Amino acid sequence: MMKTAELNKKQTAILQALGAQLEKPGMLYRLWVALLLVLILAGTYGLYRQILIGHVVTGMRDNVVWGYYIANFIYFIGVSYGAAMLAAILYYFKVPWGRPIVRIAALVAFITGIIGPVFILLCIGRFDRLHYLFIHARVQSPITWDVMVISTYLVGITVFTYLLLIKDFAILRDTSLLELSSWRRKLYTALSLRYKGTDEQEGQIDHSTKSMAFIMVPKVILAFAVLSWIFGMTLRPSWNSTIFGPAYVISSVAAGIGLIIGLMWVYRRLYGLEEYITGLHFRNMAFILVILVAAFGYFTFSEYITNWYSSGKWESAVTAKVLSFKEFGWAFHLANLFAIVLPIVIIAIPRFRTPNIIALLSLLLVVAMWVRRYLTVVPPLETPLLPVQDARPEFVHYSATWVEWALVLAGAATFFIFFTLAPKLISVIPISDYDKETR
Amino acid sequence: MSESSENGRRDFLKKGALGVTLAAWGQLVFSCSHSGHEHVAEEQGDIVKVLTPDGQLVEVDRSHLKHVHHVHPVTYEETREGVPGKKFVMVIDLARCTNARKCVSACQKMHHLPPDREWLTVKLMKDSEDGAPYWFPKTCFHCDNPPCVKVCPVDATFKRDDGLVLVDNTRCIGCKFCMTACPYSTRVFNWGEPGVPADMKTHFSSAESSIPGQVGTVEKCDFCPDMARMGKLPDCVTACPNGAFFFGDQNEDIVTNGSETFRFSELIAERSAYRYGEDLGTKPRVYYLPPAGRIEPAEKSLEEMPEERRKLYEDML
Repeated sequence: MMKTAELNKKQTAILQALGAQLEKPGMLYRLWVALLLVLILAGTYGLYRQILIGHVVTGMRDNVVWGYYIANFIYFIGVSYGAAMLAAILYYFKVPWGRPIVRIAALVAFITGIIGPVFILLCIGRFDRLHYLFIHARVQSPITWDVMVISTYLVGITVFTYLLLIKDFAILRDTSLLELSSWRRKLYTALSLRYKGTDEQEGQIDHSTKSMAFIMVPKVILAFAVLSWIFGMTLRPSWNSTIFGPAYVISSVAAGIGLIIGLMWVYRRLYGLEEYITGLHFRNMAFILVILVAAFGYFTFSEYITNWYSSGKWESAVTAKVLSFKEFGWAFHLANLFAIVLPIVIIAIPRFRTPNIIALLSLLLVVAMWVRRYLTVVPPLETPLLPVQDARPEFVHYSATWVEWALVLAGAATFFIFFTLAPKLISVIPISDYDKETR
Repeated sequence: MSESSENGRRDFLKKGALGVTLAAWGQLVFSCSHSGHEHVAEEQGDIVKVLTPDGQLVEVDRSHLKHVHHVHPVTYEETREGVPGKKFVMVIDLARCTNARKCVSACQKMHHLPPDREWLTVKLMKDSEDGAPYWFPKTCFHCDNPPCVKVCPVDATFKRDDGLVLVDNTRCIGCKFCMTACPYSTRVFNWGEPGVPADMKTHFSSAESSIPGQVGTVEKCDFCPDMARMGKLPDCVTACPNGAFFFGDQNEDIVTNGSETFRFSELIAERSAYRYGEDLGTKPRVYYLPPAGRIEPAEKSLEEMPEERRKLYEDML
């Protein structure tokens, strides 16, 4: 008998739990998937309009040439980098409590890493000339650097995520505990790449995964750096700042962890995984989150106090705009309340460190960080050096149109549909990781 | 001074003067349109004399006049390298600007731009709280250290040896990074179909004319390099009723507004010229003569304009 078919008690229990995941979906589940599909279709229609008519269907105009799309791009790709970093570190150092988290983190990194770049494409005026980025590439441009790091990152995270799954595919291929349809068996057979769990194979796969985890950390740092330089190297107040990179990294990792916590909570509830995803996991993730948002709070404060105090004209104009309650003030202060203050204050109190409260805080943080991304992109663009003096309101203030909303929601729906369908194919809890448990 | 550069200067002046002669019609070349062309207006009985390319003086009804964008066909390499031996430079005398906006309308006409897509804008500026407002025509500054060129990922916008920064709209992918990078908000984007007249769609196109415009690409003031190549002044220069724009060649040290000609170096030294946003390190090729001794206070133009337009400038007053 193949090793991949020999399971210990714990693994058998996980497989039985997987049975719950694979159950025929109920009405609510179908409605949810239908809703997500409708959102994706609406986005597709918006995209069709945009390609047909031009970017005039968006709220972007001269001055604010980047809007929701770029905010969404840096949000999703940042979350991806953050989740990849967490997955890689937890895996590489074999953090004991990290076992049920690595897989979710890697999957988050994988899917957001695909959704993010789609949004930068949406912001490009000429889809038909995308290949120019390669055939006419200019190495001086930070966009060229970004094309290089994002494409290599995507290869990296795909390989890493896949390596993490192969052993489980083999277990699912060989198990007799679950009634699996023949197409599933075939699929698992193909995906498991003839992995049989021999010592040699296991050694190779563990070594490869560990190497990939090791590579992913500097890869992610490089990718983060390049993305933040697109903004940081541009002559615009609040972009052209040395703290842009670090603040972006820290907040993106926090947003990534927030999303992972949210998924942990949902899966735990849906599939009864309380035994594997425990309060300890939530608490540990919450502690990491608090450290990150505290650093982000410090960076935010440092940036705004230096801009405000030094009274440089252009910088001050952007700072005033962000702080003013007549412009972006509410968004800025509420985002800081939910992304920075609330997590720190509430998680500081031990009795509030429950999965439910931590998940709720994470949800608020995930939304608030998106608002901060929006505030990264739009206010500096609404504040050009020369006065705007334009009669057209859309050239003075940015306001997203239904097309942009539809595509942003379609992006979120793609994320959700991936995580709705993924548990129908693989176990949320990595079965193979529990092979060293006592039989 | 060497003979060749002396000749070059004479040549430039001569060609400049020719440009001015032609400028009775805003330095545009007209052709007589025949029936069968679209948009033929009814004859108005207003007869004008027109010089044909072969030197004949003919009389035609004004309604038959049709604007033809005359371009010098150039190779791709020529558009990338620039006009040999030149270093184009512009000087704008802020004291002479009265916001007549003739530069804007001439530019719009020359480049077939709709009213809402201005390559050249006139801003109302005020340097300090108690200072007086003044009008500030803003072209592309064709910086010697252009932040827009640095960031372009596909070499669609480029800096030439003659100092010009141009956009190749058949190369531009529309990422708009150059628009965020330009601190002077010079660049405009074709958010929708640019609305090019039918007869312009098949027009000879190069980065020197940027006509016809293309949806989803960036464009901007180009200092009319197709005109410069023919030794003519840009339309904004010849259209200005006050002669506020001076265009010329830094290598020859000459700038002219069509009727007055100055040594570039003397003009900018005597009148304490400055470049906008010098502290940004972009090294613009447009020099401004300070608005001291304005021929007309900025308020005059403001008083003459309709109320809703005046509102746009409220922040400056």
